[in-house]
Amino acid sequence: MNNYELMVIFTPVLSDEEFKNAQKKFSSFITDHAGEIVASNPWGLKSLAYPVQKKTTGIYWILEYKSASDLNEKLKIQLLRDEQVMRHMMTKLDKNAVEYNHVKRNGGFPKHDKTEA
Amino acid sequence: MARNEIKYLTAMKQEKPRKKFCRFQKYGIKYVDYKDVEFLKKFINEQGKMLPRRLSGNSLKYQRKVSDAVKKARQMALLPYVTDLLK
Repeated sequence: MNNYELMVIFTPVLSDEEFKNAQKKFSSFITDHAGEIVASNPWGLKSLAYPVQKKTTGIYWILEYKSASDLNEKLKIQLLRDEQVMRHMMTKLDKNAVEYNHVKRNGGFPKHDKTEA
Repeated sequence: MARNEIKYLTAMKQEKPRKKFCRFQKYGIKYVDYKDVEFLKKFINEQGKMLPRRLSGNSLKYQRKVSDAVKKARQMALLPYVTDLLK
Protein backbone atom coordinates (compact mmCIF):
# COMPACT_ATOMS: atom_id res chain seq x y z
CA MET A 1 0.00 0.00 0.00
CA ASN A 2 1.93 3.01 -1.26
CA ASN A 3 1.06 6.62 -0.58
CA TYR A 4 0.04 8.70 -3.57
CA GLU A 5 -1.10 12.24 -4.11
CA LEU A 6 -3.45 13.17 -6.93
CA MET A 7 -3.84 16.76 -8.07
CA VAL A 8 -6.63 17.52 -10.51
CA ILE A 9 -7.56 20.72 -12.35
CA PHE A 10 -11.23 20.87 -13.33
CA THR A 11 -12.70 23.24 -15.88
CA PRO A 12 -13.77 26.50 -14.21
CA VAL A 13 -17.34 26.27 -15.56
CA LEU A 14 -18.07 23.58 -12.98
CA SER A 15 -20.72 24.60 -10.43
CA ASP A 16 -20.23 23.81 -6.76
CA GLU A 17 -22.20 20.61 -6.50
CA GLU A 18 -20.82 19.35 -9.82
CA PHE A 19 -17.39 19.87 -8.29
CA LYS A 20 -18.51 17.98 -5.18
CA ASN A 21 -19.84 14.95 -6.96
CA ALA A 22 -16.80 14.90 -9.27
CA GLN A 23 -14.69 14.62 -6.11
CA LYS A 24 -17.07 11.96 -4.76
CA LYS A 25 -16.85 10.04 -8.03
CA PHE A 26 -13.07 9.75 -7.91
CA SER A 27 -12.83 9.16 -4.17
CA SER A 28 -15.43 6.40 -4.35
CA PHE A 29 -13.56 4.94 -7.33
CA ILE A 30 -10.48 4.64 -5.14
CA THR A 31 -12.29 3.20 -2.14
CA ASP A 32 -14.08 0.67 -4.37
CA HIS A 33 -10.72 -0.63 -5.56
CA ALA A 34 -9.33 -1.29 -2.08
CA GLY A 35 -7.75 2.12 -1.78
CA GLU A 36 -7.94 4.35 1.25
CA ILE A 37 -8.42 8.10 1.27
CA VAL A 38 -6.04 9.91 3.60
CA ALA A 39 -7.05 13.50 2.94
CA SER A 40 -8.98 15.52 0.40
CA ASN A 41 -8.14 19.19 0.01
CA PRO A 42 -10.15 21.15 -2.56
CA TRP A 43 -8.44 24.48 -3.30
CA GLY A 44 -11.35 25.71 -5.44
CA LEU A 45 -11.11 28.29 -8.19
CA LYS A 46 -7.57 29.50 -8.83
CA SER A 47 -6.00 31.42 -11.70
CA LEU A 48 -3.54 29.37 -13.75
CA ALA A 49 0.00 30.55 -14.42
CA TYR A 50 -0.57 30.07 -18.16
CA PRO A 51 -3.73 29.34 -20.17
CA VAL A 52 -4.62 25.65 -20.29
CA GLN A 53 -7.08 24.62 -23.03
CA LYS A 54 -7.77 28.34 -23.67
CA LYS A 55 -8.90 28.81 -20.04
CA THR A 56 -7.03 30.97 -17.57
CA THR A 57 -8.65 29.70 -14.38
CA GLY A 58 -9.25 26.23 -13.03
CA ILE A 59 -10.61 24.44 -9.98
CA TYR A 60 -7.85 22.66 -8.09
CA TRP A 61 -8.36 19.56 -6.00
CA ILE A 62 -5.75 17.55 -4.13
CA LEU A 63 -6.38 14.05 -2.87
CA GLU A 64 -3.94 12.05 -0.81
CA TYR A 65 -4.61 8.33 -0.75
CA LYS A 66 -3.07 4.95 -0.04
CA SER A 67 -3.51 2.23 -2.60
CA ALA A 68 -1.97 -0.71 -4.36
CA SER A 69 0.27 0.18 -7.23
CA ASP A 70 -1.99 -1.16 -9.96
CA LEU A 71 -4.90 1.12 -9.08
CA ASN A 72 -3.27 4.20 -10.59
CA GLU A 73 -3.53 2.86 -14.12
CA LYS A 74 -7.29 2.38 -13.79
CA LEU A 75 -7.67 5.78 -12.13
CA LYS A 76 -5.75 7.42 -14.96
CA ILE A 77 -8.14 5.98 -17.53
CA GLN A 78 -11.06 7.40 -15.60
CA LEU A 79 -9.39 10.80 -15.40
CA LEU A 80 -8.54 10.87 -19.10
CA ARG A 81 -12.06 9.86 -20.04
CA ASP A 82 -13.69 12.57 -17.93
CA GLU A 83 -13.86 15.79 -19.97
CA GLN A 84 -14.41 17.96 -16.88
CA VAL A 85 -10.81 17.23 -15.93
CA MET A 86 -8.39 19.58 -17.66
CA ARG A 87 -5.19 18.22 -16.19
CA HIS A 88 -4.20 15.75 -13.50
CA MET A 89 -1.00 14.56 -11.89
CA MET A 90 -0.27 11.65 -9.58
CA THR A 91 2.85 11.68 -7.45
CA LYS A 92 4.23 8.93 -5.26
CA LEU A 93 4.91 10.13 -1.75
CA ASP A 94 8.00 8.91 0.11
CA LYS A 95 8.14 8.91 3.88
CA ASN A 96 9.43 12.48 4.08
CA ALA A 97 6.56 13.67 1.91
CA VAL A 98 3.96 11.82 3.97
CA GLU A 99 5.41 13.26 7.17
CA TYR A 100 5.48 16.73 5.59
CA ASN A 101 1.83 16.52 4.56
CA HIS A 102 0.89 15.19 7.98
CA VAL A 103 2.60 18.05 9.79
CA LYS A 104 1.24 20.58 7.31
CA ARG A 105 -2.32 19.40 7.90
CA ASN A 106 -2.40 19.53 11.64
CA GLY A 107 -0.91 22.79 12.70
CA GLY A 108 1.85 23.35 10.18
CA PHE A 109 5.44 23.92 11.12
CA PRO A 110 6.18 25.32 14.60
CA LYS A 111 8.50 28.08 13.45
CA HIS A 112 8.59 29.33 9.91
CA ASP A 113 11.70 27.37 9.05
CA LYS A 114 11.74 28.39 5.38
CA THR A 115 13.46 31.66 6.17
CA GLU A 116 15.71 33.51 3.80
CA ALA A 117 19.01 31.94 2.85
CA MET B 1 38.82 70.45 -11.58
CA ALA B 2 39.47 66.76 -11.00
CA ARG B 3 38.24 67.40 -7.46
CA ASN B 4 35.16 65.21 -7.60
CA GLU B 5 36.67 62.47 -9.66
CA ILE B 6 38.77 60.55 -7.17
CA LYS B 7 40.96 57.81 -8.48
CA TYR B 8 41.84 54.95 -6.20
CA LEU B 9 45.21 53.32 -6.54
CA THR B 10 43.80 49.93 -5.54
CA ALA B 11 40.28 48.77 -6.54
CA MET B 12 37.51 49.42 -4.03
CA LYS B 13 37.17 46.26 -1.92
CA GLN B 14 33.51 45.17 -2.33
CA GLU B 15 31.79 43.83 0.74
CA LYS B 16 32.60 40.09 0.95
CA PRO B 17 29.54 38.12 -0.30
CA ARG B 18 27.80 36.24 2.54
CA LYS B 19 28.85 32.60 2.91
CA LYS B 20 26.21 30.62 1.03
CA PHE B 21 24.78 27.57 2.77
CA CYS B 22 22.29 24.89 1.85
CA ARG B 23 19.11 25.92 3.62
CA PHE B 24 17.76 22.37 3.45
CA GLN B 25 20.55 20.94 5.55
CA LYS B 26 20.66 23.95 7.86
CA TYR B 27 16.93 24.04 8.66
CA GLY B 28 16.43 20.30 8.26
CA ILE B 29 13.87 20.50 5.46
CA LYS B 30 13.47 17.03 4.04
CA TYR B 31 10.79 17.41 1.39
CA VAL B 32 10.30 20.12 -1.22
CA ASP B 33 6.58 20.45 -1.78
CA TYR B 34 5.63 21.30 -5.35
CA LYS B 35 2.42 22.95 -4.11
CA ASP B 36 4.26 25.49 -1.96
CA VAL B 37 4.65 28.15 -4.66
CA GLU B 38 5.96 30.87 -2.39
CA PHE B 39 8.85 28.70 -1.30
CA LEU B 40 9.65 27.61 -4.85
CA LYS B 41 9.74 31.22 -6.01
CA LYS B 42 12.93 31.64 -4.01
CA PHE B 43 14.63 29.29 -6.47
CA ILE B 44 13.54 30.82 -9.77
CA ASN B 45 14.48 34.16 -11.31
CA GLU B 46 12.22 36.83 -12.82
CA GLN B 47 11.88 34.99 -16.13
CA GLY B 48 10.69 31.92 -14.24
CA LYS B 49 13.89 30.03 -14.90
CA MET B 50 15.50 27.91 -12.19
CA LEU B 51 18.52 29.36 -10.38
CA PRO B 52 21.76 27.39 -10.69
CA ARG B 53 23.31 25.86 -7.59
CA ARG B 54 26.05 28.49 -7.39
CA LEU B 55 23.38 31.15 -6.91
CA SER B 56 20.88 29.26 -4.81
CA GLY B 57 23.61 27.68 -2.71
CA ASN B 58 21.80 24.34 -2.52
CA SER B 59 23.58 21.03 -2.20
CA LEU B 60 23.28 18.68 -5.15
CA LYS B 61 20.77 16.36 -3.53
CA TYR B 62 18.33 19.14 -2.64
CA GLN B 63 18.87 21.07 -5.86
CA ARG B 64 17.55 18.01 -7.70
CA LYS B 65 14.52 17.85 -5.40
CA VAL B 66 13.88 21.54 -6.01
CA SER B 67 14.13 21.10 -9.76
CA ASP B 68 11.68 18.18 -9.65
CA ALA B 69 9.26 20.23 -7.59
CA VAL B 70 9.54 23.24 -9.90
CA LYS B 71 8.92 21.08 -12.94
CA LYS B 72 5.86 19.54 -11.30
CA ALA B 73 4.56 22.97 -10.33
CA ARG B 74 5.04 24.14 -13.91
CA GLN B 75 3.19 21.11 -15.19
CA MET B 76 0.23 21.86 -12.96
CA ALA B 77 0.18 25.56 -13.97
CA LEU B 78 1.21 26.71 -10.51
CA LEU B 79 4.38 28.23 -11.92
CA PRO B 80 4.73 29.67 -15.43
CA TYR B 81 7.25 28.13 -17.82
CA VAL B 82 8.41 31.52 -19.00
CA THR B 83 7.29 34.97 -17.99
CA ASP B 84 8.66 38.41 -17.30
CA LEU B 85 8.73 40.19 -13.95
CA LEU B 86 7.38 37.18 -12.15
CA LYS B 87 8.01 38.47 -8.61
